[in-house]
Amino acid sequence: MKFLVFFVLGVFAVLMFYATTSLPDRGDPAAPANVYVSPDYIERSLEDTGTPNLVTAVLADYRGYDTLGETIVIVTAGLACIIILLKRKDYDTKT
Amino acid sequence: MIQKHESIVIQVVARALVPLILLFGVYVIVFGHYGPGGGFQGGVILATGVILHRLCLGRDFSHRTLPPGLAGGAAIAGLLLFGLMGIVPMVFGGAFLDYAHLPLPGYSTVDLRYLGIGIVEVAIGLAVMGASVVIFDSLAGGDSDA
Repeated sequence: MKFLVFFVLGVFAVLMFYATTSLPDRGDPAAPANVYVSPDYIERSLEDTGTPNLVTAVLADYRGYDTLGETIVIVTAGLACIIILLKRKDYDTKT
Repeated sequence: MIQKHESIVIQVVARALVPLILLFGVYVIVFGHYGPGGGFQGGVILATGVILHRLCLGRDFSHRTLPPGLAGGAAIAGLLLFGLMGIVPMVFGGAFLDYAHLPLPGYSTVDLRYLGIGIVEVAIGLAVMGASVVIFDSLAGGDSDA
């Protein structure tokens, strides 16, 4: 059983290392990730939003929907902590 | 329940440091337009200031100065503000989170988007600060007066 696990892990490791050989180089300007919307963001963010910090412009403006989701996740974590951890006085007397 | 720390040195240093930490958190939030920073980082710095206050000065005093209900309120208010920034432009003919359609006359499109980013960063800062403090308060235990 243990041998089988290591065998499967090895097969996947070989598969992943094989896949990394065909990844584009780091910072390659012709890579698919660098030719789609990033050049537009880099060229237009200052005149579009007046914000010198490109990261902030992408985070809060172009990708604002994503950031809204992240904020909802964080507030939900806080609410879950309240629900699970906070002791209430009326429950303490019963249990 | 967290007691006040017995060392007077730690109490005095905490009292001196907390306002500076809170001020630095606000600075990080509003400086997000021009440098490293923004709502998430600034919100966490604000939360560390509040948590230092809670740890060094004791729960009773800290809850009186910075009430735990206020943290939960800040989290919800931040989320609501962010949601409003999405919905208000929709009402006035834009897309969701399209700050260029905020109903503020006299501003150009660029200025509106600049302003929208600023408001959203403040909203994120409030939400992150509130959520972090709420998580700390519920982990620290004690019964709720929130």
